[in-house]
Parts: sequence; C-alpha cells; structure tokens
Amino acid sequence: MNYLVLATAVCYAASLAGYVVFLNNARVGIGRLATLLLAAGIVLHYLALLDRSGSHTVPYDDLYGSLSLFAWLLAVTYLGLEFFHRQRAVGAFVLPVVLVVFVLSHAERKLVVTAPPVGGPLLALHITLNVWGYAAFTLSAVLSLIYLIQNQLLRHHRLGAVVWRFPALEVLERMSRSGVVVGLAMLLVGIAFGFLWMHRIWGQYWNGDPKEVITLVILGAYASYLWLGRTTAWRGARASALCVFNFLFVLFSYTVVNLYLSSFHRYF
Amino acid sequence: MEIVLIGLNHLTAPVELRERVSFTQDEAQRAAEQLRSGGVLSETLVLSTCNRSELYGVPPESAADSAAAMERFFSSFHRIEPESLNGSMYRRHDREAVRHLFRVASGLDSMLLGEAEILGQVREAYRVAADSGATGPVLNRMFQGALEVGKRIRTETEIGKGPVSVAFAGVKLAERIFGKLRGHSALILGAGATGEQVAGHLRDRGISRLHVANRSAERAQELATRVGAEVVSWDALAAALEWPDLIVCSVASPEAVLSREILERAMARRSNRSLLLVDLGVPRNVEAGAAGLYNVYLYNLDDLSEIVEQNKRARQAEIPRAESIIDEHISKFEAWQASVETGVVLRQLRERVAAERDVFLRERLASMPQLSEEDRRRMAQLIDEMLDRILLEPAERLKGVSDLRRKLQNLEALRDLFRLDQGKL
Repeated sequence: MNYLVLATAVCYAASLAGYVVFLNNARVGIGRLATLLLAAGIVLHYLALLDRSGSHTVPYDDLYGSLSLFAWLLAVTYLGLEFFHRQRAVGAFVLPVVLVVFVLSHAERKLVVTAPPVGGPLLALHITLNVWGYAAFTLSAVLSLIYLIQNQLLRHHRLGAVVWRFPALEVLERMSRSGVVVGLAMLLVGIAFGFLWMHRIWGQYWNGDPKEVITLVILGAYASYLWLGRTTAWRGARASALCVFNFLFVLFSYTVVNLYLSSFHRYF
Repeated sequence: MEIVLIGLNHLTAPVELRERVSFTQDEAQRAAEQLRSGGVLSETLVLSTCNRSELYGVPPESAADSAAAMERFFSSFHRIEPESLNGSMYRRHDREAVRHLFRVASGLDSMLLGEAEILGQVREAYRVAADSGATGPVLNRMFQGALEVGKRIRTETEIGKGPVSVAFAGVKLAERIFGKLRGHSALILGAGATGEQVAGHLRDRGISRLHVANRSAERAQELATRVGAEVVSWDALAAALEWPDLIVCSVASPEAVLSREILERAMARRSNRSLLLVDLGVPRNVEAGAAGLYNVYLYNLDDLSEIVEQNKRARQAEIPRAESIIDEHISKFEAWQASVETGVVLRQLRERVAAERDVFLRERLASMPQLSEEDRRRMAQLIDEMLDRILLEPAERLKGVSDLRRKLQNLEALRDLFRLDQGKL
C-alpha cells in the first residue's frame, strides 16, 4: 500500500466515523464534516486510480483494479444521491461497503504479465459505465436492505433506540429508486459502447458471451423493479425485496461469470 | 457574596397553591423592584412558570436572614397567609442555589424530565430582570451559566431525546415512515383533547394537509377551526380513507370504528400506499387484524405507551451525565466567584493598610512640626512604596492559587486576620 492508498483509506474511515456519529446525534456540523471527508477520500481515490492504471485510462486489467474503480464509483454515486436527496443518515451504511471494497482491492496488487487488451476510449467508457451501473445497483441494494430491516422493526413494534435514528422508509425507497435509475442509465449507455467497440474489432455486435447474456438479464430485472415498484401489489417492502434479490444477479455476474464463464470479460 | 433562593415547585406544592403564588411578567418586575427598593435584596430575579415560583437574590452586605425576609415578602406580595406556605417552600443558599438553578434550566427539575420549554422560560425571566436592571454581576453570571449548562446538556446528553407523550410519539412514528411531514396529509378521527394534541404536533412538524372527522359535525368544526384543518363528514369516512398518510383515532366508541374490511378496501383504492394508523382510543378504534394488511402500520395506545416508557427510562439513564456537566459548571461559577472575591478582599486589604498608614503618619508626624509639606508627602510616598512592595507578592500568590478550597481558605484567613468582615461584597 502506498501513501495515496493509505490516505484514501484514512479519509473513508474518518468519514464513516463521522456518519456513524451523525446518525447518533444528528448534529449538522458532524454530518458536513463526514461529507467533506468523503469528498476528500474520493479525490484521493481518483489519484490512486490514476496512479494504479499506469498506461491505461481505466484500471481494468486485474480484478483488484476493477474493484477499486467499483468502490470509487460507489462513493461518487452515494455522494451524488446525498446531495440530490439532502439525506445523510444512510452514509453510515454505505461507507462500510466502500471502505471494505477499497481496502480489499488494494490489499494485493496482481502483476499483469499478459499484454494489455486492445484499448481505446470506447472500451474504457464501456467498462467504466458498466462498473458504475453495478456500483449504483450495490447502493440500491444496501438502501433496500435497510428499508426491509426498518420496515420489519416498524411493523412489529420493535422500537429500540435504532429505529429513531434510521432514515425514514420513504426516503430509503426514493434513494434506492434513484440508485437504480442511475444504474440503468449507466448500464444502457455502457452496453451500447460495448457493442460499438465489439463491432469495430470483430465486425459483429453480439458474440453470445455469458457476460452479455447476464447483463441483459440484469437490465431486465432492474427495469422490472422500477416498473413493479409503482404498482399496487409490489409497492413498498416487496419492491425493496426485489431490489435486494436483483442484486444477486449482479453478484453472480461480477463473480462467477467474470471469473469462470466469460472468455474475455474477466474483471469488469 | 451570598446567593439566596426561596420558592416552591410541583414537587412541594399542589397546583392550587402554585396558581396563587405565580407571577405574571409585570408582577415579576414589580416584585423585583420592591425587593430591591425595600433593601431586602441588592440583586433579584423572579422565575415563575406553571410548575414553579422562585425568587433568586443576592442580599446586600450584612443582611441577616435574607431567606426569611424573602419569604415574608413572598407571602405578603401574594396576600397569602405565611402559614399556608409552611412545608411548601424550600430555601437554598450559595452553591446549592446555583445547583438548583442549573438543574431547573436543564429540565432535571421539570415534571416531564428533560423538557425543553423551561430553558426558554429561564431565558425570558432573565431577560426581563436584566432589562429592568434588577440583576447584577452575580445573578448575571449565574443565569448566563444556567443558560449555557441547559444548552450543553440538551446537545450533549439524550435527556431531551425521544418523545415522552403518546401524541408526540405517534407523530414521530409518522416521520419514521414518511420522512418530513411536509407534503403529507393526516386525518384526525375524534375531536377530543387527544385529537387536538396530535393535530397541534402535526402542525408543528409541518404537515401539509390536516382533516378532522367526528360524529358530531359541530365539534369537528370547532377543532378544525382551532388547528386550521378541514372537516370531513363522518358519513363519508370510508371514502375519506383513500388519501391520508396518517390516521389518528381517538373516538369514544364501544366497537371498532375502522374494521379490517373497510381498511382493506381503502388500501386497494390507495394502491397500497403506506398507511400509519395511530389508535389512541380505549376501547380500540381499529380492528387489531388490520395490522396484517400490506403496508399498514398499526399502533395502539399500549404500543405508544411502551415507546413513551422506554424513552422515559432512557432519559432517566442520562441523569448522571447531566449532573456531572452541572458539577463542572458549578465549579466554573465558583472559580469566577472566588476570583471576584479575591479582588474584593485585596481591595479591602489595600484600603485597610492605607487607612492604617494615614493614622500612623498623622500620629507620628504631629510631633515633628519642623518637617515641610514636601517632606511629609515624600515620607508618605516612601511608606506607600514599601507597603506596595510587601503586598505585591502575597496578592499575586493569592490570585494564582488554582485549588478553589485553598483559595477560599486563604481569603477567609485574610478577612479574619485583617478584620475585613465589615466589607463583604
């Protein structure tokens, strides 16, 4: 770990501490400090990414680099949602994910011996936007999970000290939906770039790679969440459960498909 | 400097007595003026709320038994026989008076532990007294300290956190589900006192639309006018369940007003938009089975009472932390008091020494008529310089003592040895 990575981790950890304290005492000053620390972490993280990617514009030639990019996009998306919804109370639940993924991704650096794949801005955009989509879906999954827990506590009258500090159900739902909207948009554009890139290299748009299939499944799953979440039967807890369930596809795509099934989508 | 407090509160006196001895703002000002012009107190402040009537004062020097004088004034001001106050009045002096005020300002002495209004009432009482010039350096410092302590305890402890009334608990629950209440709507069923209380809280929390329904349309209209709500006809109740996010029921009715069936139909029309039902009625107004409906959150009086009890216990648990903050501020106040007192003692000491020098010179120089005016002035100057030199070091050391107890002992010793008692602040 170099100093840049260490400084980033410290910023994220301090920001997490700030969000936890803010959740406890709701003091605006502390909340602002947590947000500032997160922003500082994001800037440092960006520098660490540049440092790591070396000759490429995006660090996608090993799993760890790709994870770091994922953590960064997760943090960026969260910060965006925090500003958009003016809601800091969920920072305490999102930052642990950012921190863990970031530390994991920098715990080990895989040496790349193979020649880097054919690059170019199209591929870089394709990868970045798709990873961004996954990061946004992760954010939605975390928010939906909190929704489900909070909903259970409220429905069964188990009102310990926690319930009073969690964000309100409707706020969680709105933020989760925004996360999915961001994720879908990124994924759609990202896929489009992917097809364009493939057409340029191989002269065809589709080659039946398992990653392509699973990504379309993910697109469909989240689109149905957006639609069902507005309907009578699914509104509320069921939609949130669906959002968490959909995330399993993302996990599957990111792990099994990347590492074992796909021939050329290895780490993204 | 002495600080005296006399008064009574909800723990020592029943409400009938508290009502008779409360002060309006005008009365408080008048009483403070009379206490000072009558020479009973040199600084004074009247703190009167629905739960307490208290007189804080700093008596002038050498006043004997000021507390008794204040009590006599208290009963005569309110034209009440002194005997009827027997057993209800408490007296506190100095440190304990300061502690009492700090506890009051922090809500530790309130009927509802940790309530917030009292801090505002203390601030207002202090403003009124300070504006009319009734307070002086001691009470100013003491009340500024109290406001500071009250604010600190409010932010640093959880003594004021968590709703401790069922009405407010219901409103806070709504915020757990809907977030900010702006943009949301509520329906109040039943135009009784409970309904009004909840409506007030909902208005305070910024609810956008408030509707009232009651069997007697007249009473519904009365409540609606008071809290700024619209009236829903009781007959149209089933249809009115379609839009509100929150329904609060406190209807005196032997059978449930909202059955599961009615609510199930309402939920279908609402496309399952979340609905919080707060049932404050006894017997219950909402059929218990409704809790099983999708996206319905049902809380009855027992559930809310349990929340209130939990919060009360949580507040109780914060008392030690609050007390330790109070101790800290009492020490601060006492340190200030001691430094003021040090200044006073040193000034008195200098005055005493200067007086002794005058007497000494007059006596000794009387037998030396040969000395010119210039010589006499020169000698006085020399003696002054020597006295200054002797006093300088002890004075600096006295000011520098950081241990409060030792500082007070030293002050006491100086007073005693140089007989400075006649000059207390």
